[in-house]
Amino acid sequence: MTNRLLALLGRHIDRQLLWLAAALLVIGVITLYSASGENLDRVAAQILNAVVALTVMWIVANTPLHYLSRIALPVYVVGLTMLIGVALFGEVVNGARRWLNLGFTRVQPSELMKIAVPLMLAWYFDRYEAVLRLRNFLIGAVLLVVPVVLVVRQPDLGTALLIAAAGFYVLFLAGLSWKILLGLAVTAGASLPMLWTALHDYQRQRVLTLLDPSQDPLGAGYHTIQSTIALGSGGVFGKGWLNGTQAHLDFLPERTTDFIFAVFSEEFGLVGNMVLLVLFLLVIARGLVITANAPTLFTRLLAGAVTLTFFTYAFVNMGMVSGVLPVVGVPLPLISYGGTSLVTILFGIGLLMSIHTHRRLVQT
Amino acid sequence: MNRTVELRDLQRELYYFQIRLAIAGGVVLFAFFLLFVRFVYLQIFQHSYYHLLAEQNRVSIIPVVPNRGLIVDRNGVVLASNFAAYTLEIVPSQVPDLEATIDALSRIVDVTQKDRKRFQKMLEEGPDFAGVPIRTRLNDEEVARFAAERYRFPGVEINARLFRHYPQAKIASHVIGYIGRLSEAEFDQLEADGVAQNYSKSDYIGKVGLEQRYETELRGVTGYEHVETDANGRSIRTLRSILPVSGNNLLLALDAKLQQVAERVFGDYRGALVAIEPATGGVLALVSKPGFDPNLFVDGIDPQNWDQLNNSPDHPLNNRALQGMYPPGSTFKPFMALAALELGKRTPGYTISDPGYFVLGGAGHLFRDWKAGGHGLVDLHKAIVVSCDTYFYGLAQDLGIDAIHQFIGQFGFGKETGIDIQGEVGGLLPSQDWKQKRFNQKWFMGDTISVGIGQGYDLATPLQLAVATATLASGGRVFRPHLVQQIQDSQTSELTTIEPQPVGVISLKPQNVRQVRDAMVDVTRPGGTAAWAGNGAKYPFAGKTGTAQVIGMKGQKYDESHVHERHRDHALFIGYAPADDPKIALAVLVENGGHGASTAAPIARKVIDYYLLGVEPQPIKAQVEQSDSSND
Repeated sequence: MTNRLLALLGRHIDRQLLWLAAALLVIGVITLYSASGENLDRVAAQILNAVVALTVMWIVANTPLHYLSRIALPVYVVGLTMLIGVALFGEVVNGARRWLNLGFTRVQPSELMKIAVPLMLAWYFDRYEAVLRLRNFLIGAVLLVVPVVLVVRQPDLGTALLIAAAGFYVLFLAGLSWKILLGLAVTAGASLPMLWTALHDYQRQRVLTLLDPSQDPLGAGYHTIQSTIALGSGGVFGKGWLNGTQAHLDFLPERTTDFIFAVFSEEFGLVGNMVLLVLFLLVIARGLVITANAPTLFTRLLAGAVTLTFFTYAFVNMGMVSGVLPVVGVPLPLISYGGTSLVTILFGIGLLMSIHTHRRLVQT
Repeated sequence: MNRTVELRDLQRELYYFQIRLAIAGGVVLFAFFLLFVRFVYLQIFQHSYYHLLAEQNRVSIIPVVPNRGLIVDRNGVVLASNFAAYTLEIVPSQVPDLEATIDALSRIVDVTQKDRKRFQKMLEEGPDFAGVPIRTRLNDEEVARFAAERYRFPGVEINARLFRHYPQAKIASHVIGYIGRLSEAEFDQLEADGVAQNYSKSDYIGKVGLEQRYETELRGVTGYEHVETDANGRSIRTLRSILPVSGNNLLLALDAKLQQVAERVFGDYRGALVAIEPATGGVLALVSKPGFDPNLFVDGIDPQNWDQLNNSPDHPLNNRALQGMYPPGSTFKPFMALAALELGKRTPGYTISDPGYFVLGGAGHLFRDWKAGGHGLVDLHKAIVVSCDTYFYGLAQDLGIDAIHQFIGQFGFGKETGIDIQGEVGGLLPSQDWKQKRFNQKWFMGDTISVGIGQGYDLATPLQLAVATATLASGGRVFRPHLVQQIQDSQTSELTTIEPQPVGVISLKPQNVRQVRDAMVDVTRPGGTAAWAGNGAKYPFAGKTGTAQVIGMKGQKYDESHVHERHRDHALFIGYAPADDPKIALAVLVENGGHGASTAAPIARKVIDYYLLGVEPQPIKAQVEQSDSSND
């Protein structure tokens, strides 16, 4: 009886992805216990977040794909409307206009766009599957650039980066011509000075700081310097769980959220880092396998974008903590404390599961 | 569009898609490989560097100042000790606006104008990473009040510190000296001496007196605590501590009660007194008046008090006993007499007839006796008792300056005594050589005549006079005077005695010593110059009065009542008692005291009375009895 119930519950759950996500979540909770200063309330809150996010994942995994393709446009429109709403009447928290008060609750529409943009683009390209022209890519680009610009202006560089990456992956996988890609790269290079002037002061500062953290050791460079010390002092085997001095003596900022990797790396060393890299790689590999086997253009594009976005999360976060990328607000997927990012990530994994398990059902 | 084309397109599309997916996969692998390389670089190749940084981040090394050794007199009276008190300290480099911070602090604890000025002064002197006290000796209530609001004051901290305390305050201030904050120059010196690791820049160091001279003994060895601190600089726990080793205690030869008596009997006079135990060279009392309260220096002296001490015309910070050079005047005569006997220039029976003056050679230069009309027939004994100048003028001529220099130099005149505090000057015992070198001038016989009565080029410190007197009292045994008798090890309580070894012995014939001593005893008896001061002494009291001119009175008769107070003569007295078994030898100098007999000798008498008999002195009375001996 219970076996049958389990089988029913797990019908659309990809075992490999589930175990990998579970392993990462466990590592995250263990690290959080240390990073939070052995704060059990914080750990309990994160476990609750995980339960909610896993539930979301289960629901998404069990959702047939045609529902998803049907909601792509409405979700995108709602998301974009709310983003415009944020720009007009958003609440300013910590100097950034990111939240929209809906009366009954406050939402951060930019988070929704991380899913809505690739969903929308995948749906759009799927719709014009047979006759993809340059025009379609131009429209796709507009669909992508408008929300990205709105998020950059909030300002929220980390989220904008992830939305842009997700959208770009769809364009890339949909077959954006190499000439255009090359042209884009050249244009990007040429427009760097213009982009520089368009950046906010603090964003510029972050880039400068990356180039030379010691310039401002107590200001903008502090995060990078301290996290680099945490990594470096961890050595091969790390200082051991709960023994990270950088973490426990308050030297590391944001150590439960964006910089949790520094805590992990200080306490578990290079060996721990390799385990983490392998787990992330396995998630991505599984995602790419699902993508390769996806039945339709819509699902291929969506699965590819979700998988590569997951990669972007991990790479940008670890790159920032280890001091090779600028400090942008990107959490480490499944490890960092915080319900929103957990839900977004597991929503994506749910999509992958759904794509993988529903393929036979949507054959036409 | 037909179906086959569509199918072919679909396949090609799938093919292209998979190529692109593979490219993406390659990018993923490459990106992770880059991260891996970065991790290897940080965690293997740069590990030791970052390990060091992390350690420096978390571990602060805090010096633990050792207990400074105590200074105790020969009877166990504590002259310098320590007490713990809370201080409120500001680390200037961590406080952007000092004025505003101090204003805010003053709403919580009392901060007086004096405190502010002292803070300002110390701020200018010290390095800015060390805490500078804005308030010392906080009471418990103030500590509690600050603790409640400390979050408002980054860079301000409460520290329990050991303070030096001088319980006897002004008593023996010049002997004990004081400690103060380490100056930049002193720290450089410590570095040059290779002992800087025993100090931190905010430490205290002996500045003057025994505190300075015995710094090494008193200091002890600084301990260290390795304290783990968090990013806000709060200490979390002590990882390792090396306990400090307390400084050693100094047990003095000095008798604090005697010192106190000596200082009291000086009254308001300026001057100096040095009392020595002739058998050991131990300094029983060393007075320089006026003194100062060394406690003023402990927290860092405030500018107002400093100005007062430093700019006073009385120069209370000068140690007159060591640094004041005065003509010894007639106190020089006993040594001249001994030289005459030892060198065979006079016999006890040799007598002169004193007309009240001495004529030098053919030129007919006249040297007057202090007593107009002279003393009549004078032999060596009487010459000392009545302090006959004429006798010693002739004697000086017969001895010659170089013999005087050679013989009397053995008693320590003209060179430093080597006492165990710093700042001593050597005085002056002239010779032909000296004059040639100093002034490039020939020595004249007239110079010798003045030296014969302790005037002219002759200069001595009160300490030198006391040492010479002690040497005379002991029959020629020369000691290096020392204030510290024993050093007590702080760990083992073991006592190291500073052995009272004589540094030299002057070969003197006992009958000659006795001859001079008998004359000096008669000085304090009726008919002697110090008869009044010696009146009723219950022990044989050997002494000699002296007067040192402050300014020359050209052609005028010296009349004390018409001379500005600061231009009056200095009064001197040397003496020892009991004369047949000397326990104490001393020298007294009273600046502008007038005559040795009227001011200096009574001070000596009271000090010796107290030391030998335990008689508490009455406050010194003003000048009595203008006898004919009062002018010397």
